[in-house]
Amino acid sequence: MSVQIKNTTVCFHCGEDCLDEAILLDNKHFCCSGCKTVFEILNQNNLCDYYDIEKMPGISPPKNAIKKYEYLDNEQIFEKLIDFKDNEQALVSLFLPQIHCSSCIWLLENLYKLNPHIISSRVSFLKKEIKIAFNYSDLSLRKLVELLTSIGYEPEITFSNVSNSKKHSVDRSLIFKLGIAGFCFGNIMLISLPDYFGLDNIKDNDFSQFFGYINILLSLPVLLYSASDYLKSGWNALLRKSINIDVPIALGIIALFFRSVYEIISNTGAGYLDSLAGLIFFMLLGKIFQQKTYAILSFERDYKSYFPISTTLIDTDGNEKSVSVSEVKVGDIILIRNNEIIPVDALLVEGYAQIDNSFVTGESVAVHKNVGEKIYAGGKQMGQAIRLEVIKELSHSYLTQLWNDEAFIKQQQHQFEGVTNAMSKYFTIVILIIAFSSAFFWWQTSIKIAIHAFTSVLIIACPCALALSAPFTFGNVLRVLGKNKFYLKNASVIENLAKISTIVFDKTGTITQAAKSTITFHGNTLLKEQIDMIYTLLRQSSHPLSKLIFSSIKDAELLTIIAFKEIPGKGIEGSFNHHKVAVGSELFIKEKQELNPTSTTVFIKIDDKVVGYFQLENSYRNNLKEVLKHLSKKFKLHLISGDNDSEKKNLMTYFGSTTQFLFNQNPEEKLNYIKTLQKNGEKVAMVGDGLNDAGALKQSDVGISISENVNTFSPACDAILDASAFDKIPLFLKYCKGSMRIIVVSFIISFLYNIVGLSFAVQGLLSPVVAAILMPLSSITVVVFVTLATNLLYRRKFKA
Amino acid sequence: MSVLFILIIVSLTVAALFLVAFIWSVKNGQYEDAYTPSVRMLFDDELKQETKKSIK
Repeated sequence: MSVQIKNTTVCFHCGEDCLDEAILLDNKHFCCSGCKTVFEILNQNNLCDYYDIEKMPGISPPKNAIKKYEYLDNEQIFEKLIDFKDNEQALVSLFLPQIHCSSCIWLLENLYKLNPHIISSRVSFLKKEIKIAFNYSDLSLRKLVELLTSIGYEPEITFSNVSNSKKHSVDRSLIFKLGIAGFCFGNIMLISLPDYFGLDNIKDNDFSQFFGYINILLSLPVLLYSASDYLKSGWNALLRKSINIDVPIALGIIALFFRSVYEIISNTGAGYLDSLAGLIFFMLLGKIFQQKTYAILSFERDYKSYFPISTTLIDTDGNEKSVSVSEVKVGDIILIRNNEIIPVDALLVEGYAQIDNSFVTGESVAVHKNVGEKIYAGGKQMGQAIRLEVIKELSHSYLTQLWNDEAFIKQQQHQFEGVTNAMSKYFTIVILIIAFSSAFFWWQTSIKIAIHAFTSVLIIACPCALALSAPFTFGNVLRVLGKNKFYLKNASVIENLAKISTIVFDKTGTITQAAKSTITFHGNTLLKEQIDMIYTLLRQSSHPLSKLIFSSIKDAELLTIIAFKEIPGKGIEGSFNHHKVAVGSELFIKEKQELNPTSTTVFIKIDDKVVGYFQLENSYRNNLKEVLKHLSKKFKLHLISGDNDSEKKNLMTYFGSTTQFLFNQNPEEKLNYIKTLQKNGEKVAMVGDGLNDAGALKQSDVGISISENVNTFSPACDAILDASAFDKIPLFLKYCKGSMRIIVVSFIISFLYNIVGLSFAVQGLLSPVVAAILMPLSSITVVVFVTLATNLLYRRKFKA
Repeated sequence: MSVLFILIIVSLTVAALFLVAFIWSVKNGQYEDAYTPSVRMLFDDELKQETKKSIK
């Protein structure tokens, strides 16, 4: 197999296959000059350990990227990008999506060896972020970014980095609250130990007083700091004349504290401060458990994280100038280079435009535009640089307008009422009735017992188990779903998912695979030589279609090509030793259009004879049929697409006849369609991918964004689904529904405990020991139950 | 028995010190990134000048 040897040469730097033009240096092969340059830089600076830590760790640096960073010299942009600066140093955090292995960490943390003005650098691997301290007077930010780019780590700097005033600092108060509650809880328990064992005869009066006061001292930070959220939330709910779960909790906390203080000061008992601290500790624990966050996922991204910071403006004298995107005015001429994103709606003035709208519409094939045609913001130019005349400013451009829709502004004011709060309304009313009636009952006998019974009811009824069941269930569900590559924004999404009645799918990129098309060849059987010629010819072209077909041809060899010509918008021609080959559009090859223009075709002509054509079709996701079959049993399905209806027939076989199909929908119509469904009382889940679905995703009750690579951009949504887990959607929905049932059962368990506790309380028989046993016991039972139940459910649903 | 008063106060003070240490470590960002340090500690120090020559 002598052919194989040729193919196994891989780049020493990045591990890509070296094609025919492999570059040799120091007996090492490189796939391109970029990789070679990186190696040279590292070698000169004694940083070749990079290659020892992991095999072929490198990233091929982007080509012609140097001019892009002019805007970083701008003082204002600099100020906004850096975290901190003093007279000498500046500290900047950059997002480097290329970070993928331990070699990356090593190299990036040794940056100071590459440039003496870099003081230090620190990588956060999970966030794919680097913090660099550098002397900004000697090394400009632009130079720094260019240095990173030259070694293959091109930072992602987007419009949102600059427009968001400052990065929000991490909220650590919950951790402090938990820490302090845990500290106080432990110590109060320790000091209350004599009480638990009924060692009354040993301790004399001095001790019990002393222990009591220390307990009060220790419980103060718990009441005033750790529990402050519950007290505030309960108080706010009362002010709004509504009841949430925090009202009975706050009542219980206050009753616990003041009754304990009274007992200790009057020397009539030991109080319930251990229960108070324990209760708050467990509830905070639940809160933290529920807050599962994914370091690099963001659910709030809008168009700003997609657009570049700056664009190249061409002034009246023809000079190029880098300006901030927000400063671009109507009538300006801007220059868009290869692989740059068009930031505003504009008209094509000059150049050969090949626009990749994969992000805006999900369409994978680039579209050709003629001079004078309108190009919407969000597309990416492939190929040579083009000049555009701005017709709308950023804030008025098509995609930006969509973001200004009310669905985005109101930020979901109608906060979903969680299952716990719905339950707590009835709960609180019942508790108050019991508390007052038992107080009334004992009033005739003794006021003391009446107050005792009243506070006991409030204490024992404090719904800590109730408040714990939802957080622990949801926390577990979030983790299970995350493990299966379905990432939810927060716990309330689970409740919404369990209520879904209608699912709306987007077509392109959602049920089809954006990056993968099925390529089929129709026509004569090709000879080996003919395949090789086509293969060689396609290799010369940078057109996305050529690249797609080129990579789909297997077992072909490169030949020597004599002449080659690319006719923009039409096709490519090449001459070989004895043959002439042309590849291109039907019109170009056959000079007439016969096939239905809705499908993408590439025709081949060899020696003036049309030999056939390649047809590119979107390929549907794996298991699409089964997924839809499962879903259609329980949900109403809709398909909404920006494309034409050429595939409708095919889709019918997948979706079945009950599905509603809508084609040729623009982003706004998609949003409105969701609104209409919701008006008809449906709970809608939208499954989409691109920016064109952003409005619909936001409007729907649960917006699920599908992403081939979760690290890259996904529009604002409630949940991000990794495309590889697409076939698990029915399982996810079932699991969410099952988890709601678990919560209901756990509520019943906690009510049973409450009934036992209340039967003590109304008789005025509640002792600290009973409280100290019953309250943690009920909490622990509930936590253990929901944890076991969710895990069991997981095993039954996902592993079966 | 009255030595218990002192002992309890001493034990609480020691425990409080740990609480302060915990709060300080959280504020310092020590729990922000629990992954990278585990990789970082495995990198060798710069002692093998000879081996590097051979790459050149």
